[in-house]
Amino acid sequence: MLRFLFSRLATFFVTFVGVTLISFAFIRVIPGDPIIVMAGERGMSQERYEELSRQYGFDQPLLTQFWDYLTGVLQGDLGQSFVTKKPVWDEFFALFPATLELSLCAIILAIALGIPAGVIAAVNRGKFFDRALMSSALVGYSMPIFWWALLLIIVFSGNLGWTPVSGRMGLLYYFPTPTGFMLIDSLLSGQDGAFTSAIRHLILPTIVLATIPLAVIARQTRSAMLEVLSEDYIRTARAKGLKPWRINGLHALRNAMIPVITVIGLSVGTLLAGAILTETIFSWPGIGKWMVDSIFRRDYPVVQGGLLLVAVVVMIVNLIVDMLYGLINPRIRTRK
Amino acid sequence: MTLKKLMVSAGFAALMAGSAMAQQTLVYCSEGSPEGFDPALFTAGTTFDASSHPIYNRLAEFKTGTTEVVPGLAESWEASEDGLEYTFHLRSGVKFHSNDSFTPTRDFNADDVVFSFERQRLDDHPYHGVSGGSWEYFQSMSMPDLIKSVEKVDDMTVKFVLNRPEAPFIANMAMDFASILSAEYADAMMEAGTPEMLNQAPVGTGPFSFVAYQKDAVIRYAKNAEYWADGLPKVDNLVFAITPDASVRYQKLQAGECHIMPYPNPADIQAMQDDEGITVAQQEGLNVGYLAYNTTVAPFDNPKVRKALNMAIDKLAIIDVVFQGSGEIAKNPIPPTMWSYNDAVEDDAYDPDAAKAMLEAEGVSDLSMKIWAMPVQRPYNPNARRMAELMQADFGEIGVDVEIVSYEWGEYLERSRALDRDGAVLLGWTGDNGDPDNFLAVLLGCDGVEASNRAQWCHQPFEDLIQQAKTVTDPAERTRLYEEAQVIFKEQAPWATIAHSVVFMPMRPEVEGYKVHPLGGHIFTDVSLAE
Repeated sequence: MLRFLFSRLATFFVTFVGVTLISFAFIRVIPGDPIIVMAGERGMSQERYEELSRQYGFDQPLLTQFWDYLTGVLQGDLGQSFVTKKPVWDEFFALFPATLELSLCAIILAIALGIPAGVIAAVNRGKFFDRALMSSALVGYSMPIFWWALLLIIVFSGNLGWTPVSGRMGLLYYFPTPTGFMLIDSLLSGQDGAFTSAIRHLILPTIVLATIPLAVIARQTRSAMLEVLSEDYIRTARAKGLKPWRINGLHALRNAMIPVITVIGLSVGTLLAGAILTETIFSWPGIGKWMVDSIFRRDYPVVQGGLLLVAVVVMIVNLIVDMLYGLINPRIRTRK
Repeated sequence: MTLKKLMVSAGFAALMAGSAMAQQTLVYCSEGSPEGFDPALFTAGTTFDASSHPIYNRLAEFKTGTTEVVPGLAESWEASEDGLEYTFHLRSGVKFHSNDSFTPTRDFNADDVVFSFERQRLDDHPYHGVSGGSWEYFQSMSMPDLIKSVEKVDDMTVKFVLNRPEAPFIANMAMDFASILSAEYADAMMEAGTPEMLNQAPVGTGPFSFVAYQKDAVIRYAKNAEYWADGLPKVDNLVFAITPDASVRYQKLQAGECHIMPYPNPADIQAMQDDEGITVAQQEGLNVGYLAYNTTVAPFDNPKVRKALNMAIDKLAIIDVVFQGSGEIAKNPIPPTMWSYNDAVEDDAYDPDAAKAMLEAEGVSDLSMKIWAMPVQRPYNPNARRMAELMQADFGEIGVDVEIVSYEWGEYLERSRALDRDGAVLLGWTGDNGDPDNFLAVLLGCDGVEASNRAQWCHQPFEDLIQQAKTVTDPAERTRLYEEAQVIFKEQAPWATIAHSVVFMPMRPEVEGYKVHPLGGHIFTDVSLAE
């Protein structure tokens, strides 16, 4: 297990350096000089332009810039946003809990509904439930997030008034947010109704963000289950007269979990991408919208620092997924 | 924000919540996040809405809803005969806000004024480089070249000495970058080693004091009970609920989660106007969208050719299709809400046949040209690509072949400045200070060639008028000069003037006293909520 962990960590480090390079190069490949974009229609004189170039270090050769950036990163300094003049690190940690809270809720919802749905569909293969479920999964998978979110808002917030339109917390409530997780902070605040308000604000964005992973997980569970259910040992189990729930729940599901966990791990990347749209629509103060704004403003430090941090999060999740494989399937952890 | 600070503000909030029923809270669904709270560091309107308007004052102010300049922190001012010295007499008894790390020990005085400008002007000022200070607006309004010195005459008098006469100077003093900060707060923060707090925990003299900002989510302000203007502000709390999507802002307004919202989708305006639960205020924006020919390249160096092309453009169709009604036809380079707007000028009539004949008379045939379409959306041009396509069809009618080109925004701005640029450029401008000089000199003056003057147009009779208007301080005389300049502009046609946008502000019926501000800011000092 230790050797397994070590090899994964080595991969992690190589990927990290690669991502640093890519995130640095990526924003510079997009045309558009950040200083000119900043000046807009107003424009600026050549002297002023050169002065700002010097200030931001753009007059240095690219390699020097990258070296400065890399050494900064290794010392934990991701630079300062051109726009807000605040450290990228501070901005990320002010916003990331919001994204994490929403993503966790979404992935929990997707797993809690997706796996049982996939199992039931597989067991009832070809029957009405299976077909209905798989068609809805297809619809869910192809749904344009923007449209879906607005539809939910118009119906549930606009017409029915069941949920708030957007935001994380009712404006009446105002309390310190030491953890950044609204569900926890609202409880800590002790203010009546704050926790309920946090939950009500989470409902629609969670549904929207969970839609695609839910569809993917349900479909993946179904096909993995179908494969396992046709194995010889399942037939043997049936022949032994085991109860169906023991066969499906223990024997089949456990073996079907490997591809499902892979998909869940990959969904985390999708979730962070989906968060960009979901956060914009629901005015959710997370990192998705922050990154998009920064790309438009050519805020190099935020784009490269943000990308790097998001990549690290995805890499950590994948590392955890790899560990989980080992737990679920002993053959992986003991393989030499 | 530190935890300690949050706890302190939380205590304040608990107080607020206790009497929430009796207090009036105005919620504004703003369209984006401020870059920071020190207005001189930034140039975005969204930032000014959250900083300079609620938190700060300036020596002079724009009267809300107009471009008229009225006294602010200066009760009065006078200019010297030669227009090189401006003396401001400051208002006494004006208090700065306090916060948990600062309580002012004195009232506003001349030191604050000197500090607010010198930090932007002097390279060796201790605050010059704080928060990456690049003082973009101060720079782009040419203040470093213009201001020779800022002198404290006595505690209540400040004198600005200029390098040249500049009639719009008073209007410049009412702009966001000229907001007055507390020198005492700055000293205290410098001593504490946290000079960036000026930008993060702002202290001003404005109608509202800053309470807290949760990034990308909510900004909270409380009424400044000691505000120098009697009876203002009218609400007790002001909250900005940051809501980037226009459809969602509309839903929030309908659901009563906010009282007022900016920038509705043009497609929603009709429904809003029909909705009894929403009132929509509107006014022309202080902007202009135009097509600038390159007047240095043949045959566009011939005013008659430019005029002929102008006559071929069906502007009404552009207003319908591109602006979806939220715009009006522009005939002058300055918007109608601006003083000196010459309403007697007649627009080029849409007449393709006459245009064709005019081109033939000038010996121009088989003309082909490029039209540059901006890649971004702007109030003065919500869809440049579509606009260019309509013009392509219009010019096709008179036998002019058009190729539409576009570049990424930064490239576009840069390349369109070139003197030998191939093609006519779609662009526009939003006014900074309500002064015609800010349009006519910046966009059409000789100094702007190869920069903000995209027509590369340097026409001496026009230039003489706008230069003269810079040095005259009599408003009536300046008005006359600018009116005449607009006549010359129309004859010479360096641009096709296309449109001024119309600004719509949807709000709930209980909102009273809101005025759409022509300079683009969203200002809540005079706003109250009906019971």
